[in-house]
Amino acid sequence: MNIPIYLDNNATTPMDPRVLEAMLPYFTTKFGNAASRNHPFGWVAEEGVDYAREQVAKLIGANEKEIIFTSGATESDNLAIKGVFEMYKDKGNHIITTVTEHKAVLDACKHVEKLGGKVTYLPVKEDGLVDLAVLEAAMTPETILVSVMYGNNEIGVIQPIKEISAIAHKYGALFMTDAVQAVGKIPVDVNADGIDLLALSAHKIYGPKGVGALYVRRKGPRVKVTAQMDGGGHERGMRSGTLNVPGIVGLGKACELCGLEMESEAKRLSVLRDKLESALTVLEESYVNGNVEHRLPHVANISFKYVEGEGLMMAMKDLAVSSGSACTSASLEPSYVLKSLGLSDDLAHSSIRFGLGRFTTEEEVDYAVEVTKNSVNHLRELSPLWEMFKEGIDLDSIEWAEH
Amino acid sequence: MAYSDKVIDHYTNPRNVGTLDKSSHKVGTGLVGAPECGDVMRLQIEVDDNNVITDAKFKTFGCGSAIASSSLATEWLKGKSIDDAMKIDNMDIVEELALPPVKIHCSVLAEDAIKAAINDFRVKNGLAPIESEKVHH
Repeated sequence: MNIPIYLDNNATTPMDPRVLEAMLPYFTTKFGNAASRNHPFGWVAEEGVDYAREQVAKLIGANEKEIIFTSGATESDNLAIKGVFEMYKDKGNHIITTVTEHKAVLDACKHVEKLGGKVTYLPVKEDGLVDLAVLEAAMTPETILVSVMYGNNEIGVIQPIKEISAIAHKYGALFMTDAVQAVGKIPVDVNADGIDLLALSAHKIYGPKGVGALYVRRKGPRVKVTAQMDGGGHERGMRSGTLNVPGIVGLGKACELCGLEMESEAKRLSVLRDKLESALTVLEESYVNGNVEHRLPHVANISFKYVEGEGLMMAMKDLAVSSGSACTSASLEPSYVLKSLGLSDDLAHSSIRFGLGRFTTEEEVDYAVEVTKNSVNHLRELSPLWEMFKEGIDLDSIEWAEH
Repeated sequence: MAYSDKVIDHYTNPRNVGTLDKSSHKVGTGLVGAPECGDVMRLQIEVDDNNVITDAKFKTFGCGSAIASSSLATEWLKGKSIDDAMKIDNMDIVEELALPPVKIHCSVLAEDAIKAAINDFRVKNGLAPIESEKVHH
């Protein structure tokens, strides 16, 4: 067992050695520009890209012609939202999304607002799921796009994608999903799920950083997005720029491996996640955040009341995890995702996200449980709030001086 | 963000963790910060008849720098007169612990806790609280 233990697989994943192996020739011997049509160097590179396009398409049940390679999911989200807004502005100017989206979606929507678009940011229920009735009530004849993430990066909840896309289509809008955390972890099928645009990333599925894709539906309906980068007209004119061939080959290989191993991996990880969660919620005043039925198999987000997340992470220095506390940011604002579930600020500050992955072992999970328990207990010994709680003092009755 | 060795030392081996009898007239208690902000410090001092701080204890809910700042504060307070304790400046803590700019608020909170504890002691003993007009760095 190597210390520190990596349990932050929602942030990024280590690259699978099999992915690296597939990529290597494309840095050196197969270095050609995939757009060079006149010689074998270009053809070989193009072959690599075409094969990767098939591998990516297969994982999400798409046609390979529907895959646009990008520099990552942030670019895919931007291209989808801004590109749809520009392309369909004659049809309407309203976009619906949710408050728990990734910043790439939220900030792209803010950009659209600056361009004169209208954006509705739907709240979520206490369990992190979208309320379908609230979504339907927000639909207008002007709505051109509904963008709801597939699986949440902080709490792992899986949105009712089929139902959401059905509502979008009922009102003539397109449905887009940021599926970065879901693709490769759970079955995603663009046709069964009614998805028109889908953003995915390689580095969350054991592939390289700096490469991702946007799925853009070609049939029923044929969807188009306005390019956000001008140039050589690559990727069916939707994304110019010389293709990152080694990265794309890596993304393809990563998708293929996920397709082969996802089912058994999901089972293995959910067993480990449940083990971790049940061992940690034995601790007094600890709570699991988000819906526990509809969620990704590898994520646990737990609040340990009366200890602060960043301090806790420091005690758990042998574990690489992430916290909803944002003591380092100037604003001191805790996670907006946790707050949108209705969590009070202090509980949001007390949260830790454990993200298990392909290379996480049971031994590591057992160790993580021990370290976390000891750290929580240690910090509670130091916590004036814990002492007050134990003395039966209602913390809400105290007049705190906010600073 | 990397923590300085001194922060790690105070965090790993915090000095003077605990609770003094807050009903005693010799004890001053300062409770500052707010749970919503992710920082709460409780700092207590015990003062003898010569206005010298003989003991100091703390408990802190917060990040590593907040815990280290309050631990350091208790170390500095012991043996100091009340007058000298009032002179502890948050920037002294910043310097000693090599806190980065985003953690300066932890030192501010520690200074506030010291002043709040002293004033609690003063009020308990029939003295007027000292108003601090200092603008924090």
